[in-house]
Amino acid sequence: MENGTRKRGALAYALVALGAAIGAAGIAVLLINIFERKQEAKNPFLRLVDVTENDVDPAKWGVNWPREYDGYLRTSEPTRTKYGGGLVGPEGTLPPEKAQRDPWLTRVFAGYLFAVDYRDRRGHAFMLQDQEITKRNVPSEAKQSGNCLHCHGSIMPLYRKLGREALPSASEREQVQKGLQRVSEMSYWDAHKLLAQTTNGAHPVSCVDCHDPKTMELRVTRPAFMTGIQKLAASSASVPHLPSIERWRRGDRSKPYDPNTDGSRQEMRSFVCGQCHVEYYCGKDATLFFPWDEGLKVEQIEHHYDNLQLKGHRFKDWIHAETGMELLKAQHPEFELWSQGIHARSGVACADCHMPYKREGALKVSEHWVRSPLLEVNRSCETCHPYPDEEIRSRVEAIQDRHFALLTRSGQAATSMLDAIDAVRKPYDERNRELAEAKAREALAKDAAFAKLDLQGQQKKLQTEIKANLLAMWRAIVEKDPSLKELGELQRAAQWRLDFVAAENSMGFHAPQEMARILGEAIDLSRQAEVKAVALQGRLPAPANGEKQ
Amino acid sequence: MSTKRWSKRWLALAVPAGMLVGVGGVTFHYAAGFSYLSNDPRACANCHIMNDEFDSWRKGPHHATATCNDCHVPPHFPGKYLAKARNGYHHSVAFTLQPPMPDAPGAKRFFQEPIRIRETNSQVLQDNCLHCHGDFLHDVVRGSTWADNAIRCVQCHRGVGHGAMR
Repeated sequence: MENGTRKRGALAYALVALGAAIGAAGIAVLLINIFERKQEAKNPFLRLVDVTENDVDPAKWGVNWPREYDGYLRTSEPTRTKYGGGLVGPEGTLPPEKAQRDPWLTRVFAGYLFAVDYRDRRGHAFMLQDQEITKRNVPSEAKQSGNCLHCHGSIMPLYRKLGREALPSASEREQVQKGLQRVSEMSYWDAHKLLAQTTNGAHPVSCVDCHDPKTMELRVTRPAFMTGIQKLAASSASVPHLPSIERWRRGDRSKPYDPNTDGSRQEMRSFVCGQCHVEYYCGKDATLFFPWDEGLKVEQIEHHYDNLQLKGHRFKDWIHAETGMELLKAQHPEFELWSQGIHARSGVACADCHMPYKREGALKVSEHWVRSPLLEVNRSCETCHPYPDEEIRSRVEAIQDRHFALLTRSGQAATSMLDAIDAVRKPYDERNRELAEAKAREALAKDAAFAKLDLQGQQKKLQTEIKANLLAMWRAIVEKDPSLKELGELQRAAQWRLDFVAAENSMGFHAPQEMARILGEAIDLSRQAEVKAVALQGRLPAPANGEKQ
Repeated sequence: MSTKRWSKRWLALAVPAGMLVGVGGVTFHYAAGFSYLSNDPRACANCHIMNDEFDSWRKGPHHATATCNDCHVPPHFPGKYLAKARNGYHHSVAFTLQPPMPDAPGAKRFFQEPIRIRETNSQVLQDNCLHCHGDFLHDVVRGSTWADNAIRCVQCHRGVGHGAMR
């Protein structure tokens, strides 16, 4: 009996010990958890390596800021929303051509490189690669200048280096602008080579392009943005969503507006994105610029372009292959159209929705996986709009569905306009064809290089030459005949508006009413052009051989 | 049954129990446990979850007249401490067990962001609006405050306590 009691006693001790052990372990785990959170809150980051203005490789910054870097790396993951991203394949596959969904794009861009290759977007991680595999930028064709690298590459060290060499005693701002100009004079691939030498391999835009390496503060680095925003500040265009500009305007204006010192922290959270997500001109014949001299609205930019002379000729992006009219191409005016929307007006910055805050332990981290807010509506939208995810998504999609319907209608109107103008030009070309061919043969006969080509090459060259002659004859009559000139102006204005909206990446969301207004104008202008062209179809201008010789 | 055996048993229980109380006490103190019994709004940001709410409350219109407790728990004993206990329990469980990388694939989240007030607490909040403002408003809000489809003060007056978090 004595033995059994002792055994039971031992078991009881063991159970008490076990209970105490579990309890102690639980408390210890809790203690450690609290300790970790407190440490996280104390040290938001640990500067393990020193980063400088010349460190364009994000991996080095990632040692100090692993959470932000993790997000940045995830921009390589394919994502899609109802209207953005196209069909998503495995990581690394190309998104589809935009013309698959919007076939009118190919007609509208006839004769321009965007009719050749124009795909849906991928994430930030691909910005450099995408610029180098597009058929718009084939190395042997050398159709692009170094301007592209302003935004596709982390290029500031090269700008500073070239600027210092050219203007050793100028201010850093002037040196950077000079660097931009130097790079704009190079071909894309020469500039790329030089960049790779300067920064030990070319990188897409990375940490240093938006953050000061010493303080991590947001800052603007890109010279074209600096110049553009200074011109905008100096203009009288209304910018109620950028209070620091309005404040600067009320001051003595002794120094030009400087976003890095005048801009508020909240404005900087949009300005850094506005360094690239804007309308710009990056052609080979000019140093990259943002056309903000008169304001950010579609007609203010148009007015600026229409009054801009480039090498003695009114500014144009290209000549439309079908109609032979001089047209404008819009890039991706996200910053400009966001500026016209209610979110900008309410002080909501790009980063609030595209890089919302998230919580990791005790830390508040800005999401560096920059992507569509529709992919995380809880963080992006619901901080201000307290409704369920599904409700938010369907509200946004309602806006986008309506916008897409209007956009498609606008594209169809543009196609009808092209058909009508083509019908004016075609008979004119037919009557000039004989003369154009004779001229072409005459010119090529004097060309020694032409004689060396094989038969197929000669045919191709001849056709190109005939086409060029026909265009020259058509351009001559367009310049002379006011009704044809008016057709050209209408097409230019209509397509500029259509493209300004279609090239923008938000399917109407950034400024629904403004974009509907622009598309309304685009449809109206297209139909006006169509009506006028139809009226001209029976009344052909005199052929070129009637006037010349 | 001797006194010796009893004391042995007590010792065997007392030592681990004492150690638990000791370690637990240190943890409680380290986690500033007693602060939760106070009215100090800083206590609500102890665990960092409420940093944004705390920061924006400091800039908000009510910061001179009302602290967290004035709006979020009933004004009197014992309701006040029951509400604190209930919320304290839910918050501790959720914030402790929330994985450090809530976005990682397969991570089980114990709360969703942005955090939202629950129905019970929402009613407490509404009652507290009227606790101060009711005398002036009883004509306006009669009945509508307690009905299922009631429109609550903060649905329109959203920024009065703590505003949008940017």
